[in-house]
Amino acid sequence: MSTATRTTAPDDERGAASSEIGGSHDLSTWETLKRGFALSPELLKGLWVTVLLALFATIGKVLIPFVVQQATDHGILAEGGPDVGFVVTAVLIAGGAIIFTSIAQYAVNIRLFRAAESGLATLRLKAFRHIHDLSVLTQSTERRGALVARVTNDVDTISMFVQFGGIMLLVSTAQVLVATILMAVYSPILAGVVYLCVVPLVVLITKFQPMLARAYGAVRVRVGDLLGAVSESIVGAVTIRAYGVEDRTQGRIDAAIENHRVAAIRAQIRSVMAFVSGQAFGGITTAIVLVVGTVLATDGRMTLGQLLAFLFLVNLFTQPVQQATEIFNELQNAVAGWRRVIGVIDTPADVSDPGEGGLRLPRGPITVDFEGVSFAYPGGDRVLQDVDLTFDPQSRIAIVGETGSGKTTLAKLLTRLMDPSEGRVLIDGVDLRDVAFDSLRRRIIMVPQEGFLFDQSLLENIRFGRPDAADEDIELAMTELGLDAWLATLPLGLATQVGQRGESLSAGERQLVAIARAYLADPDLLVLDEATSAVDPATEVRIQRALEGLTRGRTSVAIAHRLSTAEAADVVVVVDKGRIVEVGHHAELVGAGGVYTRMHASWAAQQR
Amino acid sequence: MTAATRPVGRPAPTPAILRQGLRVIWTGIRQQRGIFAIAVVGSVLWAAATVGTAWAIGYVTEHEVTPAVEAGEFTAGGLWTIFLVLFAVLVVNMTGVVLRRVAASIAGFNLQASYRQRVTRQYLRLPLSWHHAHPSGQLLSNAHADIEAAWQVFNPLPMAIGVLVMLVIAGGQMIAVDPFLALIGFLVFPGLFAANLVFQRFMAPRITAAQQLRAEVAEVAHESFEAGMLVKAMGREQEETERFGKVTNDLRDSLIDVGRTRGVFEPVIEAIPVLGTLAVLAVGTARVSSGDLTAADVVEVAYLFSILAFPVRALGWVLAEIPRSVIGFRRVDSVLQATGSMQYGEGRLPRTGPARSLSRQVSYAYADPGERAVLGADQPEAAVEATGPQRAMAIRNVTLDVPAGTTTALVGPTGSGKSTLTNLVLRLVDPDSGSVSLDGIDLRSVRKGEVPAVGTLVAQQTFMFDDAVRDNVTLGADLPDASVWDALRTARADGFVSAMPGALDAVIGERGGNLSGGQRQRIALARAIVRKPRLLVLDDATSAVDPAIEQDILGGLRESSDGMTVLVVAYRMATIQLADHIVYLEQGQVVDQGSHDELLGRCQGYGDLVNAYAREAAERAAVAADEEPTR
Ligand SMILES: Nc1ncnc2c1ncn2[C@@H]1O[C@H](COP(=O)(O)OP(=O)(O)OP(=O)(O)O)[C@@H](O)[C@H]1O
Ligand SMILES: Nc1ncnc2c1ncn2[C@@H]1O[C@H](COP(=O)(O)OP(=O)(O)OP(=O)(O)O)[C@@H](O)[C@H]1O
Ligand SMILES: [Mg+2]
Ligand SMILES: [Mg+2]
Repeated sequence: MSTATRTTAPDDERGAASSEIGGSHDLSTWETLKRGFALSPELLKGLWVTVLLALFATIGKVLIPFVVQQATDHGILAEGGPDVGFVVTAVLIAGGAIIFTSIAQYAVNIRLFRAAESGLATLRLKAFRHIHDLSVLTQSTERRGALVARVTNDVDTISMFVQFGGIMLLVSTAQVLVATILMAVYSPILAGVVYLCVVPLVVLITKFQPMLARAYGAVRVRVGDLLGAVSESIVGAVTIRAYGVEDRTQGRIDAAIENHRVAAIRAQIRSVMAFVSGQAFGGITTAIVLVVGTVLATDGRMTLGQLLAFLFLVNLFTQPVQQATEIFNELQNAVAGWRRVIGVIDTPADVSDPGEGGLRLPRGPITVDFEGVSFAYPGGDRVLQDVDLTFDPQSRIAIVGETGSGKTTLAKLLTRLMDPSEGRVLIDGVDLRDVAFDSLRRRIIMVPQEGFLFDQSLLENIRFGRPDAADEDIELAMTELGLDAWLATLPLGLATQVGQRGESLSAGERQLVAIARAYLADPDLLVLDEATSAVDPATEVRIQRALEGLTRGRTSVAIAHRLSTAEAADVVVVVDKGRIVEVGHHAELVGAGGVYTRMHASWAAQQR
Repeated sequence: MTAATRPVGRPAPTPAILRQGLRVIWTGIRQQRGIFAIAVVGSVLWAAATVGTAWAIGYVTEHEVTPAVEAGEFTAGGLWTIFLVLFAVLVVNMTGVVLRRVAASIAGFNLQASYRQRVTRQYLRLPLSWHHAHPSGQLLSNAHADIEAAWQVFNPLPMAIGVLVMLVIAGGQMIAVDPFLALIGFLVFPGLFAANLVFQRFMAPRITAAQQLRAEVAEVAHESFEAGMLVKAMGREQEETERFGKVTNDLRDSLIDVGRTRGVFEPVIEAIPVLGTLAVLAVGTARVSSGDLTAADVVEVAYLFSILAFPVRALGWVLAEIPRSVIGFRRVDSVLQATGSMQYGEGRLPRTGPARSLSRQVSYAYADPGERAVLGADQPEAAVEATGPQRAMAIRNVTLDVPAGTTTALVGPTGSGKSTLTNLVLRLVDPDSGSVSLDGIDLRSVRKGEVPAVGTLVAQQTFMFDDAVRDNVTLGADLPDASVWDALRTARADGFVSAMPGALDAVIGERGGNLSGGQRQRIALARAIVRKPRLLVLDDATSAVDPAIEQDILGGLRESSDGMTVLVVAYRMATIQLADHIVYLEQGQVVDQGSHDELLGRCQGYGDLVNAYAREAAERAAVAADEEPTR
């Protein structure tokens, strides 16, 4: 091992940063495009047919002005009076060309829309899925609203480019090539002049690209901030109203709106500059060609007619080049969106499924061991220290301790929402990190401290615990938990809509639903993190009884501040400032004179 | 719920859409008059320079190039003239483009920003019941995507106006040449208009569906990410992905549908002017043959047409944006027009001494959560038909008197209406009947901001802002750190806050994610205490706190609650015993009230509730004794 410059970090105790969601990813434009197209293979599917059709459509578009010009020059202005027959033929040809072009263009549009939207739908889905695969800690490094932006607006930003930009770039390139060849045939010198004029444009545009990229990247970030701020104001509606802090909240949103506006305008100005340089190139090239052409023509090296024809070719050349500057703007906009989406997709999932090699454990009574487990949140001090614990199968465990002592953290390690910084957690003797997720989630279920309900019916919310459960199973579960009386008070019963985040239920009712949901999932180990904290004592006691009867044969871990849970448990684990200080039965601990004795004294005092 | 099950508002037939579109555009123009005028000036410059370029090339060819070629020699002056004339036109053109584009985008983004401000103000103004009916994700989409859709039209708009200017110039010239030929040319416009009508008819419902689905995609994403932890804990990532996949695919299909319509429209719009040119050529030739016109006249008109062919597309772009703009605006407008925000009076509340809260005969029923409004649907929101039986009344004829300076406890089983009552007392919602007053003043008669200044609620569900600890306590009020620390001390939050890196400046993460549940609750308590309210309402505000600390907090509150009236929702004896008076609720009605001992004596439900733990402990002890092998 190298002994040279290895400095031990003084804050060895601090948590290693978990992965953060990538924002301004430093992929180059080209790499971004490559990744982007690889993530959405639909974008390239059948592209060559589309390109071919687009070329046809372009030929038509170039052909029509030509035919019109011919009709004028050789028909109307024909020597000896207008040649009606010629004009009619030309008009018919042009008419046919328009129909042909329009049909081709239609086909191109449809194909592009279909490819673009399918590709983007795939991209959205991949990003969405990956966000769920990220650990809870990684997810919390970004606001929900900003995460939403990544699968909605950021993806939308890409659509313009993949719908039209990409194909126009290809067609424009083709047009430039054709024009180049024609120009070289007409007059190699003037063609050289045109190409000399392109050089400064290319230099300029190349310089603009990173500037544009930064500007558009900033816009994406501002959109994320904006949605984050708006989301906070919506979800925090009650608190904001209760404290009358609407103005302050509005002030923050206004700031986010203003930042977005400024960033968007700045990006737009840069893109206008890029576009105008393309325009300047077009105009100056025409002027210079006319000047040089005049010189050449006076020398007799080309005729006036050839010069004028050459101007037409110059136009054929500069027009797609100008268009390209526009497309490059759109490209950078798309790349900015892509980078944000790819940033999410490339964020490593640090608590991940072991995949193919993952073990599938048979169901049945479960044993849990913590071996020398320590944990620190990213950048923070340790909140759990050297935890060694064993939960026997079919036992009822209560975890108690002061607020902030690390109980929820312990539960999250036990359910592998996070991995320990040190040590390991084992179920049935197997490290959690080696257990396949589907097997793990089948066997261990947690009811988190902050329950969440979906904006659906009660029935659907409970079924979330076991998607294949029949309605009868759910009714049965409610009866077993003694919740049928409560259900009966609801006019719509299980069909009652619970509202967003369950807001149409009372806080206690929400917890009842969360418990029913976990109960329906029928795990081998049920972890309840203050799952009944808002439920009234009578109901709590009833539920606890019901669960006790029903969870026989299972292992259950309950975190609770109401020590009635601890009194009923087989084993009480007392956590204090991140350490396990006592383990034992209530009867032993209550007289032991330790932390538990004090806690229980406060509790008992409350009951009198 | 998917789009299929929702009553998506069908927009009215097309001419209406076009008219509404023009109205939206006009609304926008009026608000951005100055900047928009600059954009139009730019556009006119651009239009003039575009026509001017062709003229300039013609001019130098005729006056400089041709003479030089014919003479076989050139002069430096002549070459300079060629270059400078073209360059001058170019400069005008570029200036026009810069003005047009920059000003147009400024106008567009200004409008977006101003409507975002209005919409978000409205979100903050509208009552909670409105929020219950509108999913957060949809509101997010409204504040971003719908507003963007409404004002995107401002990007092509100035160019289209420039094109109109060109058309007028060209039209005048054409009429001067030959009215008959000009008439044929102008047939193009009814053609464009008709094509557009057809387009709008097909487009409007599709765009409506697409914007709604966009909102639904945002809604599912928002909800699913909020549920992130639960999804993980239950291993439902796959199911959630499928749920999201369903709306995403619906959106995809809907956008492809939009694309198909657009895909037809654009080639048609591009073809029509060309067809016009061809018609001019054909008819022109005939008229030349019959001697009504000279060949040069026809060439001039055809030429005028050919320079217009490309820019006329800009008109097409504006027309194509109109349905999106109308639908977006409609969705935005339905938020802006939503009524039901609370009405305020002009009265004021006293600021000193404990307050007396009196709710007289109040009743309140929540709106059926089954009704969810669709933004911008045609039917007014209130008219959405109730789909099932209304939820039972949450509060029925309750009279609650909290005398000044006393502590009243609100006790009742889960779902009995305690939180609802606290919300009524502080006017987070208005009762359906009955009245709520503070110090004898009806809450509906006082100014906005008066009630929060006097009464403070610590809600059952804590909400933290993504901010520093200090800001979460002060919420922007200008308070010295010393009072913040005092409040934290009373809430027993000083210990862990001072241990956090940065102490008061420590950032606690979105929704306070970096804190434990009990820590969040204590900060929420400090937030209320620091305001020294005259009426403090605690809705089960210590549920996540351990008994020892709860005791401490309650003790601290008792000390500092002089000059405060307290209404506390509680289950636990310790809290209840702080109260002078207890009100027992069941199913939204007051069943009994009195002192603890009185209630214990005569109210069975109350006794069952507060003694549940003790009874449970006793029963367990008895069972344990039974199982004792020695017996
Ligand atoms: N996401 C996080 N990032 C940083 N620190 C955290 C995070 N979550 C919790 N903590 C800290 O870790 C410590 C333990 O928190 P934990 O949630 O495990 O406590 P707890 O015992 O469950 O408390 P409570 O009874 O209040 O729920 C606390 O000091 C808390 O501030
Ligand atoms: N937004 C809502 N829409 C419809 N019904 C609601 C809504 N909020 C609450 N309810 C219903 O109103 C009743 C009273 O709810 P409330 O929240 O006031 O109860 P609570 O006494 O505070 O209960 P808990 O002890 O569980 O907090 C409950 O039956 C609940 O289902
Ligand atoms: Mg906890
Ligand atoms: Mg409540």
